[in-house]
Amino acid sequence: MYRKYLLAVTTAVLTATGAAQAQETMKLGMVAELSGPGAPAGTNWRDGIKIAVEEINADGGILQNKVELIEYDTQTDPQVSRALVQKAIDEGAFAILGTIYSGSTMVNMLVAQQNSTPQFVGSEAPSIVEKGNPFVYRTSSGAQKGVPALTAYFTDTLKAKKVGVAWVNNEFGKGGRDVFVEEMKKAGIEVIADVASEQAQTDYAADVSKLKEANPEAVFVYMNQEESARFLIEAKKQALPMPLIGEVTLTEAKVIELAGAAAEGAIAHVGVTATATDVPGIGDFAKKFEETFKRKPTHDAIKGYVGAWTTKYVTELVGEADGEAFAEKMHGLCLKAADYPKILLDTCWDENGEMSRPSFMVQVKDGAPVVIDTVPAN
Amino acid sequence: MSQLLQVLLSGLATGSIYALVAIGFTLVWQAAQTVNFAQGEFVMLPAFFVLVAMGYFGLPFLPALLVGLVLSVLVLGVLFKKLIAEPILPHGGITLIIATMALGIFLKESVKEFYSAEAQPFPSIFPNDPIDIFGAVVSLQDLFNLAISLGVVVVLTLFLNRTRTGRCMQATAQNPAVAEILGVDVKRMILYTFLINAALAALASFLITPVYLAKFSNGETLGLIAFIAAIVGGFNQIRGALVGGLLIGVLDNLTATYVTAQYRAALPLVLLIVIIMLRPQGLMGTSEGRSV
Amino acid sequence: MKRWLRPLLLVLLLVLAIIAPLGQGNYIVYTLTSWLIFSIAAMGLNLTLGYAGQISLAQASFMAIGAYTTALLTLAGWHWVLAMPLGLILCFAVGLLLGYPALRVKGHFLAFVTLAFNTLVFLILRNEEWLTGGSYGLVGMPRPDFGLFSTMKQLPFYYFTLGITVIASLVMWGIVRSPWGRAFKALRENPVRAESLGVDTRRITLLAFAIGSVYGGLAGALITPLVQFIEPGSFGVGHSLRILLMVVVGGAGYFFGPFLGAGVVIMLPEMLRFTAGYYLIIYSALVIVMLVFVPSGLIGIGGRLREKFRPRREVRADMREGARLQ
Repeated sequence: MYRKYLLAVTTAVLTATGAAQAQETMKLGMVAELSGPGAPAGTNWRDGIKIAVEEINADGGILQNKVELIEYDTQTDPQVSRALVQKAIDEGAFAILGTIYSGSTMVNMLVAQQNSTPQFVGSEAPSIVEKGNPFVYRTSSGAQKGVPALTAYFTDTLKAKKVGVAWVNNEFGKGGRDVFVEEMKKAGIEVIADVASEQAQTDYAADVSKLKEANPEAVFVYMNQEESARFLIEAKKQALPMPLIGEVTLTEAKVIELAGAAAEGAIAHVGVTATATDVPGIGDFAKKFEETFKRKPTHDAIKGYVGAWTTKYVTELVGEADGEAFAEKMHGLCLKAADYPKILLDTCWDENGEMSRPSFMVQVKDGAPVVIDTVPAN
Repeated sequence: MSQLLQVLLSGLATGSIYALVAIGFTLVWQAAQTVNFAQGEFVMLPAFFVLVAMGYFGLPFLPALLVGLVLSVLVLGVLFKKLIAEPILPHGGITLIIATMALGIFLKESVKEFYSAEAQPFPSIFPNDPIDIFGAVVSLQDLFNLAISLGVVVVLTLFLNRTRTGRCMQATAQNPAVAEILGVDVKRMILYTFLINAALAALASFLITPVYLAKFSNGETLGLIAFIAAIVGGFNQIRGALVGGLLIGVLDNLTATYVTAQYRAALPLVLLIVIIMLRPQGLMGTSEGRSV
Repeated sequence: MKRWLRPLLLVLLLVLAIIAPLGQGNYIVYTLTSWLIFSIAAMGLNLTLGYAGQISLAQASFMAIGAYTTALLTLAGWHWVLAMPLGLILCFAVGLLLGYPALRVKGHFLAFVTLAFNTLVFLILRNEEWLTGGSYGLVGMPRPDFGLFSTMKQLPFYYFTLGITVIASLVMWGIVRSPWGRAFKALRENPVRAESLGVDTRRITLLAFAIGSVYGGLAGALITPLVQFIEPGSFGVGHSLRILLMVVVGGAGYFFGPFLGAGVVIMLPEMLRFTAGYYLIIYSALVIVMLVFVPSGLIGIGGRLREKFRPRREVRADMREGARLQ
């Protein structure tokens, strides 16, 4: 008889402590491409978030709750990512951090939306903020914001009338290329060479020779990292004369590492770059990242970092862990870096979740990207 | 005009690498009745051996290449034969094919997990100085690649036809049972086949990785192209692999420049299907009878 | 096996399948549905590989054909029950067209042709944006509604899929027991002998391949309403390889091999989640080890163990069940 009584009391006590403990952690579900073709982006995203979570917990957590980060590997498969977002939500995640690949995000954001779960994505395809989902927020400007900011460079600085575009044929490259062609049309500039290439392509002789034949005044290059590097190498080999301008990827540290001397002179418009170390927040982050992970961060790491910190800031602005209230707060929100230092740059989100932030024009000089101009937020 | 020349020359350069990969593949298929679906990964791996030798052990480039070559021959030649090919061959050809598919996945994922998911730069053996030929630009490396592929084919053909060991290997390829009866050490001949394939794969790796950049996923496309080159060229002739590789390299570039960029990858595939339908022994192959 | 044991086991399995998802979260039910769908695809490949002895690396592309056909038609307003058969017929036709040239020649040509075909299908799906949505894919396909039984929620959809799987299995059982099925087995054991006995090997192999492709199409037709978003990347060569490994791991040529194999492949990442990125390494290494010691797959292990403890008199080694893949 006593045994039953004892059992009941013990169970009650344990449940109570268990429940109390459950209240004390806030779960964040990080759903990202940790294997497959998206692995380089996903692992950087994750590592940026890890640094953020460490800092957040040192700062007392979110609303006095310790943050618990749970990782989910989508294997760069959209269907898997959808299942994992569902799993994360089932397992109690308050917010979802991920995914990066636009193809995956398009699918899994439906699940987050159905569950009123805030989701910070690293994707840049325009269509993500055009589907009327109030719970999705960017951590970097989409292509439809980034490329127009770049257009000014073509019209004002280069004064080009005929341009070419070299792009990688996946949803990332196609998205950027479509926006670029649209912008060029609006600016009255003719696109005389439209060169598509494959992901994981290694031989760019044909592509470069086509650009050489058409001879535009400048070329917009929009590919993933390795492809950009190989393209630059071939362009240098065949002595392609005109300036090569990219959006975000072309001047990344990895591309410069792979392309070596061939990257010299390449120009890109970047939302945020780990090399803009003049900005103090970015400099600190880059240093911490390099100390912890023994390699330089990419812009995906910064995206993850910003996403995690924004979750903390906004949840505390709202005052409770409520997805709907979070969404209301996010729309039209502007966070200044002076008041919220970990956001790194003054950032605003509009009612679709699209992000507005000042950006930079960089050019590769002596093997490192150097900021040559700043572009105000649009 | 110079564009056409450029595209042709670049195509030959790329094609000569495909040829190297295809030759080893053909050799193993013929002499050891092993269709090696991990051939692409076999070409991806030696470069990483070199990178590890340089990075972790601090060796300079040329000694690291040597280490890479030796390791490749040991792992992709001896270990592959002893641990995988030999035990599974009695269970049947299909089981072995599937085992090589699993092996491909194993090698690829291991490199990704234990080394890096990102591409790494790889130094080239020959200087990359561009050379101008009538307006088209090739690098010294490209010319050497072409020369090496031709050289390999010549040396290999001579070896197989003129030396005693080579002829024993041919005998093993044509009819292992009879060869054994006639006194050929069949097991040893098969071992030599795997060793040669491993060495060829390592060579291809060192030549191609400067351009491809060392990445765990290199094997996927390379493997597929190698199979197609081998079959299109003719899988029972070493020359066939050379012809197939060069053909695909050139046609791929021509297609991308003058026809369509979006479907350029479709060309080798369509070529494969056409060849199998019309001339299954390949362009240079001889038709085989089948023993009952 | 005792006569009554087998049907009892089957009923038990069915009951298990029915009660498994009850009380589980959405994610688990989703995973179980996924397992059923891949079992169907693996079943088809089992016919091609396990029974007819041909390697096909195009099963994912047949899934793509089934998936896209169903998606386009259901988005245009057709009911799934009408859209699905069209997808199946298309798969059958394509299977025949593809298999015909490849099987004219002896050897492993079908493997390469299917490999090339899968890549080709991927390219077409990606490039023909006007039809397939290209890289952006197709989104928002409705789940079938049968009047008083809507499959919008996860659980009803699971039972719907279970029903289809059971029907598909029964059909496969019928095929395997029929004269065709015996011709397949004869073909697998010794093609030359089969031919000498009057079996039209080319026709039979082609048929096996086409039927296997139809099963792939059926799996694809079910994937569309399950995920409600399809894009070309989900149907690449890597996925065909995955399905092939499902068949081999489960046990090629055994009827329940595909279910076991699909279960292992889909559940393993869950169980090995603590190993993070290493699970593929472990998995492929296990497959190789298994092929060295037990090439007849996991189901074969049961037979092997039985042999060890209760060896039967060896009558005719070549009459043993299970695929002796040549």
